[in-house]
Amino acid sequence: MVTRKPSDLRYSQVTPKQVYLNRRRFLAGSIALGALAGASSALATTKLNGVKKSPFSTDEQATPFDAITHYNNFYEFGTDKEDPGRNAGKFVTSPWSVKVDGEVAKPLTLDLDAIFKLAPLEERIYRHRCVEAWSMVIPWIGFPLNALLKKVEPTSKAKYVAFESYFDRKQMPQGVWAGIPFPYVEGLRLDEAMNPLALLAVGLYGETLPNQNGAPFRLVVPWKYGFKSIKSIARIRLVEKQPPTTWNLSAPQEYGFYSNVNPEVDHPRWSQAKERRIGEFAKRLTVKFNGYGSEVASLYSGMDLRKNY
Amino acid sequence: MNRVLSSRWTKVAVFLLCLTPILLLGWRLLGLARQGWQGYDPKLTADPIAYITHYTGDWTIRFLLIALGVTPLRKLLDLPKLARYRRMLGLFAFFYGFLHLMTWVWLDKFFDPHEMVKDVIKRRFITAGMTAFALLIPLAVTSTSGWVRRLGFLRWQRLHRLVYFSALAAVIHYYWLVKSDVRLPLMYGGILAVLMLYRAAAWLRSAPRRERAKATSPNTVSLRD
Repeated sequence: MVTRKPSDLRYSQVTPKQVYLNRRRFLAGSIALGALAGASSALATTKLNGVKKSPFSTDEQATPFDAITHYNNFYEFGTDKEDPGRNAGKFVTSPWSVKVDGEVAKPLTLDLDAIFKLAPLEERIYRHRCVEAWSMVIPWIGFPLNALLKKVEPTSKAKYVAFESYFDRKQMPQGVWAGIPFPYVEGLRLDEAMNPLALLAVGLYGETLPNQNGAPFRLVVPWKYGFKSIKSIARIRLVEKQPPTTWNLSAPQEYGFYSNVNPEVDHPRWSQAKERRIGEFAKRLTVKFNGYGSEVASLYSGMDLRKNY
Repeated sequence: MNRVLSSRWTKVAVFLLCLTPILLLGWRLLGLARQGWQGYDPKLTADPIAYITHYTGDWTIRFLLIALGVTPLRKLLDLPKLARYRRMLGLFAFFYGFLHLMTWVWLDKFFDPHEMVKDVIKRRFITAGMTAFALLIPLAVTSTSGWVRRLGFLRWQRLHRLVYFSALAAVIHYYWLVKSDVRLPLMYGGILAVLMLYRAAAWLRSAPRRERAKATSPNTVSLRD
């Protein structure tokens, strides 16, 4: 299977730059997608090449690959955090098609190849803060959501972006017990979606996304709680009115539309002031907007974030 | 069967069996400590502290239900000797509950009294959990034969009915804490309901006998005393 990397190594140290560059020259920047078609195991991922570094990356220690791929919420595959890693192995993510339509001039339907070639791939090492008060540092690979949005040319009526996950009861039998309705839906205001930090991720740790982390591609909104970062996207629509979001439908007093990371606004059942970084013993203080305030705080100027939680 | 249950060795075996959950946990944590807490044990998950919290909490509810199951089983299977195990099982519920509480006090709140008080008041699932544990304290303290004598059996028995409310608070604590998948808390709640319904039925069935006892001998100490 996959060779494990020692957890005390920094990701940047795992692959020496020289090796990386040689390989890149060898493959001449081509994206090796062939093996995707036969993806049958949860970790049947393919190396992604020609990935740029990004100034948006944090230099904090990345969470080990094992933890990222075996501890997360993906309720379609079960509600334990170990369930996605256990149950998503046989999830078929190829072929895949994503419809992008709604209030746009040029609606699109993308297949896997089109998704991976839509824009140059970048590595973005982001902090990830779960609403359950734990956090990770994740080296995603993807491209800004705005690259896709610009392609479809939103009309003047487009005010929000609505996302929908793939759902198939046969492939996700555990989803029946999740207690939330599927398919999972999420949304962003258009200006949030256009923010350069909002990422469409197709990879993790240098490879394509493992199934349990939302293969073949997912949203990553690092200044919001993790549940906003919808996985295994099947449809994207630009809309005029604020779209419904799954956790808000399920428990409106606990989960709002915005769900920005905010230590000053507690979840009704637990405090959001601190978080446990996976792999650390003591808790850390949670930072407003998950530390991305300089990039995103202006999106919310004049808004009462207590009411718009 | 009653002979097996009377044996001292059976009691020792049950005691060791009740210890296995904590020994298993300790063993895994030791393995992790040997790697300087840097390794990854899939069983302990990527968040061992959350795992310890859930694990000790789960075992607390399980032992509460097991202890509450002793009397119904004893009567249904006609195994009077089962009663010998009730105190030990109840004390194990207290033991795991204490570990669960200490996980929260130490690894979640880091002994910060201000934060703990705030949480107990503000978070209803913590209020319920704290209630469940607080109700067990007098029961653990008065679990000795000496205390049964000092209080008198009837008063002791009445005091120990607090365990019903402790178990109920524990199930509510669990139900209030999960995000959306309530299957496990509901399962524990269902088991508790069955155990309580059995007691209610037994109590109703014995009502005529109680009445007769009262009518024929007015001088006997009434159960309500």
